[in-house]
Amino acid sequence: MAGGQSPAAALSPALRSATISVIVENEVGVLARVIGLFSGRGYNIDSLTVAPVEDGGNRSRINVVTSGTEMVIAQIKAQLDRLVPVYRVADLTAEGPHIAREMALIKVLGTGDRRSEALRIGQAFRARVIDATTESFVFELTGGTEKLDAFLELMRPLGLAEVSRTGVAALARGTRTL
Amino acid sequence: MTKLAEAQGTATQSGAEVLLRALKAQGVEVIFGYPGGAVLPIYDAIFQQNAIRHVLVRHEQAAVHAAEGYARSTGRVGVVLVTSGPGATNAVTGLVDALMDSIPVVCLTGQVPTHLIGNDAFQEADTTGITRPATKHNYLVKRGEDLARAVHEAFHVARSGRPGPVVIDLPKDILIGRAAYSDPEAGGHRSYRPRTEPDPARIAEAVAILKRAHRPVVYSGGGVINSGPRATTLLREFVALTGAPCTSTLMGLGAYPASDGQFLGMLGMHGTYEANLAMHGADAMLAIGARFDDRVTGRLDAFSPGSRKIHADIDPSSINKNVAVEVTIVGDAASVLSALIAAWRADEVAQDRRAVAEWWRQIDGWRASDCLAFRQDETSGAIIKPQHAVRRLYEITQETERETFITTEVGQHQMWAAQHFRFEQPNRWMTSGGLGTMGYGLPAAMGVQIAHPDALVIDIAGEASVLMNIQEMGTLAQYRLPVKVFILNNEYMGMVRQWQELLHGGRYSESYSAALPDFVKLAESFHAVGLRAKSVDELDDVIREMLACNRAVIADIAVDPKENVFPMIPSGAAHDQMILDVGSEGRTAGITDEGLVLV
Repeated sequence: MAGGQSPAAALSPALRSATISVIVENEVGVLARVIGLFSGRGYNIDSLTVAPVEDGGNRSRINVVTSGTEMVIAQIKAQLDRLVPVYRVADLTAEGPHIAREMALIKVLGTGDRRSEALRIGQAFRARVIDATTESFVFELTGGTEKLDAFLELMRPLGLAEVSRTGVAALARGTRTL
Repeated sequence: MTKLAEAQGTATQSGAEVLLRALKAQGVEVIFGYPGGAVLPIYDAIFQQNAIRHVLVRHEQAAVHAAEGYARSTGRVGVVLVTSGPGATNAVTGLVDALMDSIPVVCLTGQVPTHLIGNDAFQEADTTGITRPATKHNYLVKRGEDLARAVHEAFHVARSGRPGPVVIDLPKDILIGRAAYSDPEAGGHRSYRPRTEPDPARIAEAVAILKRAHRPVVYSGGGVINSGPRATTLLREFVALTGAPCTSTLMGLGAYPASDGQFLGMLGMHGTYEANLAMHGADAMLAIGARFDDRVTGRLDAFSPGSRKIHADIDPSSINKNVAVEVTIVGDAASVLSALIAAWRADEVAQDRRAVAEWWRQIDGWRASDCLAFRQDETSGAIIKPQHAVRRLYEITQETERETFITTEVGQHQMWAAQHFRFEQPNRWMTSGGLGTMGYGLPAAMGVQIAHPDALVIDIAGEASVLMNIQEMGTLAQYRLPVKVFILNNEYMGMVRQWQELLHGGRYSESYSAALPDFVKLAESFHAVGLRAKSVDELDDVIREMLACNRAVIADIAVDPKENVFPMIPSGAAHDQMILDVGSEGRTAGITDEGLVLV
């Protein structure tokens, strides 16, 4: 690949984010197959979620947030689609409006003004306090990735200690289904 | 009776017996394998039947290459059986080779019993983990009742869509325990359903472009051969219909007859001048069953800049991967070609035959450069040019009129074989294209000879490559396989030496084949015949003696160690920057710093 760039990047450099949903047979190793595809071919994974969703738990939905040029994202879709245990693949970002949400548990340590400021901001973001001591809160916050990022940025100077995020779950808007 | 009771009611066989029954149901006649602790129950079951023949190789990598040779020369699925741990890891190179070249192989690997998996047991390896990126798909069978279904599914996956290798990992307790046999399920796979029939709208678009083209070219690949004989017949028909020139990838040689006037030879890094310039100058391109590999395209941003591109492939992920195309056709090559032929005939627009004739005049001009020409000194005692050795091998095999199959190792000899041995039919040419596996040719030839006992099977080899699986001479002896190993011995890893000459200032770092064996004595020690040609006057006699011999032969042909493969598109250069053999001056023209990083 000339100049160390991927051929696709050399041709059309515009990058975009893509939320890709994949319905897979819920068999041993299927997640490793999907993740291995991404690492083996040098694609990004910005977020990943997986859980059984259909057919009495026999089918899982994997949501991957990735980024790349149009050509690379088309490749990712095609590569996923040819895995044997894959039923369907959709690029929710390209196929129309969609909703994407993730949930985070956020531990903030602090006392005094910092503590009450953290609580006020939590209320403004409609975060739920699900655990509290005199020196800590654990917030539960659901929303888009940008909302979670913004909240974490505000918590950083207020004693942000630990974060656990689920990664993105996504669906198409309206009547469309995968 | 419930399904479970039914399963238990019929579970009177061992897992190993069910496995063999499933293999028989899949039409398996031959297994290439090597025994070991974890697969002893399978070997016991093999011992007690006669329907399936087992060929004992000398190394598990060779078992996979033999299965590939069997598969490529017959169009059937090749079958491998190896033990757990090192048996499976040794097979990995062969599996990746089959994956890269889309060869249908089912590889059965033994595994430690299920209760020991994960305990670092003796000869345990995470085979499904290791082979996940090395296969099209793999299975770990953890319950006896899943065994037969896994086998049937594995064969379906291996041979359908874009073919490839499939591993079935078989824990020993599953092989020993009781299992129920079941027949293949009707109705196809749950999730895996490759598209084989092309979209008629795309076919119409393709024909509209091709029929109006003034400078069309057909670029055909291994997918046409994988599709089967119908596809190669239809390719010939379509090319004749269009009047277009046809070029082929390394993998696709034989799909279109080499002797036909519309064939331009192989394209790519060591392809012909006329093929590459036709690709570069075309205004419309049909790529079929090919994947725009870097060996084919050269520098991407200068690849066929003026052509409207149509890409037909059974694997959608091959399309728009390296080169953006205008028309995407997903389908099996035979279905696509048949649809293209019908649409071409139905399209009422007349082709501009005069423009195409003008295109041919241009191509004939390129052809006149005679890019594969070489100078062989014919005087007695003169050193043999490797191209001459391949040319004479080709001409003398033509005289015998025997059905001939060629395998190769990897390197310069492989390119000379591709350039100078001419193939009129598909499935006669077995070479490691994608992975470039040295040591492929000898075991692949073994597999071909098993499938075609009466045919002439020749491994065109290099002295370095052939040593990578030379132990298979033992297999040739055991099964009396009369494979001919034709070594172009230039005492160098020739392609490495060539790149060092062209790109690394002639510093021949570690590329000299030091301490070579005496190949004649080596052949004799393996109960084969050893022959040697040291100068041009000895060559024909050695070839004739080799072909007349009904045993395995190693013919050690001493060739010019300084010869390079030309023409050549230097790495990082475009098709119109080919180097013909112009002497040392200008040979490195076109090699850029960017090109230097490419392999």
